[in-house]
Amino acid sequence: MSSKLTRSQIAWRIAQDIDDGCFVNLGIGMPELVANYLPDGREIIIHSENGLLGMGPVPEDGEEDGDLINAGKKPVTLLDGGSYFSHTDSFAMVRGGHLDICVLGAFQISQTGDLANWATLNNTKPPGVGGAMDLAVGAKQVFVMTEHCTKSGEPKILEQCTYPLTGANLVSRIYTDLAVIDVTGSGLVVCEWIEDMTFDDLQAKTAAPLSPASDAKQLTVPEL
Amino acid sequence: MIDKRFASIENALAGIRDGSVILVGGFGNAGSPIPLLEALIDQGATDLTIVSNNAGEGDFGLAALMKAGRIRKIICSYPRSSGSVIFEELYGQGKIDLEVVPQGTLSERMRAAGAGIGGFYTPTSAGTLLAKGKETREIEGKLHVLELPLKGDVALIKADLADRWGNLTYNKSARNFGPTMAMAADLTIAQVRQIVDLGEISPELVVTPGIFVDRVVKEGGQT
Repeated sequence: MSSKLTRSQIAWRIAQDIDDGCFVNLGIGMPELVANYLPDGREIIIHSENGLLGMGPVPEDGEEDGDLINAGKKPVTLLDGGSYFSHTDSFAMVRGGHLDICVLGAFQISQTGDLANWATLNNTKPPGVGGAMDLAVGAKQVFVMTEHCTKSGEPKILEQCTYPLTGANLVSRIYTDLAVIDVTGSGLVVCEWIEDMTFDDLQAKTAAPLSPASDAKQLTVPEL
Repeated sequence: MIDKRFASIENALAGIRDGSVILVGGFGNAGSPIPLLEALIDQGATDLTIVSNNAGEGDFGLAALMKAGRIRKIICSYPRSSGSVIFEELYGQGKIDLEVVPQGTLSERMRAAGAGIGGFYTPTSAGTLLAKGKETREIEGKLHVLELPLKGDVALIKADLADRWGNLTYNKSARNFGPTMAMAADLTIAQVRQIVDLGEISPELVVTPGIFVDRVVKEGGQT
């Protein structure tokens, strides 16, 4: 129960922090999972930057429509009350501060809330940024969803990012498989961490100074 | 009398010159004017600069035009979709130039071109590699980057309904860049599912007014 979270469990934890009535954009990849765990009884409107508000679940087999896709280019549906619009309007919503939350993946996050999620130092592949830079600067709150460390065990939370930035000083909260961390004016504050780990263990996996919140809790999620 | 209808895709593409900047609608395959792109191979224009969100996938549409060696440069937000194999190959061989532009900036630069705006300051990309060499300015305490208009010689877009005045509607998320590109090019060519009589599209529901559209052609030709 309180060992390292699965991706679905990180998604579940993020979903608990999205309030009724919020407009939310879920980044391509891991953050898309958050849609599966939005709490019942809350009306949460999902924005997709390719021109949808009120994005619904994946269609039934055989009901896919090539003209109705999400930003990850996968078939989706539209809820009653949803709308379609052009990219120009879509990014007015994004940059204009009309989205309450966007959830983005990360390669690296700095202690001051810089985000690096679009390019590495590997130049053999062409770079691609998509809408990440617009979302990062535009949403009222930027939540990052990530594993705490890379596959090879390197910390992803650093004093300074070494990869090219998506944007500076904009991450509000970091959700990992080990902890929930607020980015504050006085540094990284850990709100929750898993029971299997001491605070010192968590610090050892993080390459920037952490401090526990005064009301810090155990990070508890259901089996999923 | 105004009649923007063309009987065939071949006729609709007439006059596109070598070296043109072509705005290509679509987000992935949704809204991608695949028949127009493939007919452009036969039309023959080359040394093209393409502005499109993605860099094509598989070996059809934009990827087919690329494979035919007609594209010198692509300006896009995300060239790395799964299936963008032809682009990746040409890029790896240094046979195609790439300019990466954040998606919202790409759209807004075209809107600026279409709306007669000489540029705009956006917080997007401030402090990043993509702002390198660009003028910046602090506005209300936030760093902004100057972005300039992006105009097309031609726009190729896919719409749903059209009439002979060039009014357009779109289908679902296939709308994406269409309305913005339509206003940002000297010559806008729309491939549509169906051409209807004037008045059949409710004026309340016209998405792209005909003033922005020069030629309409039904998919597969014939009105």
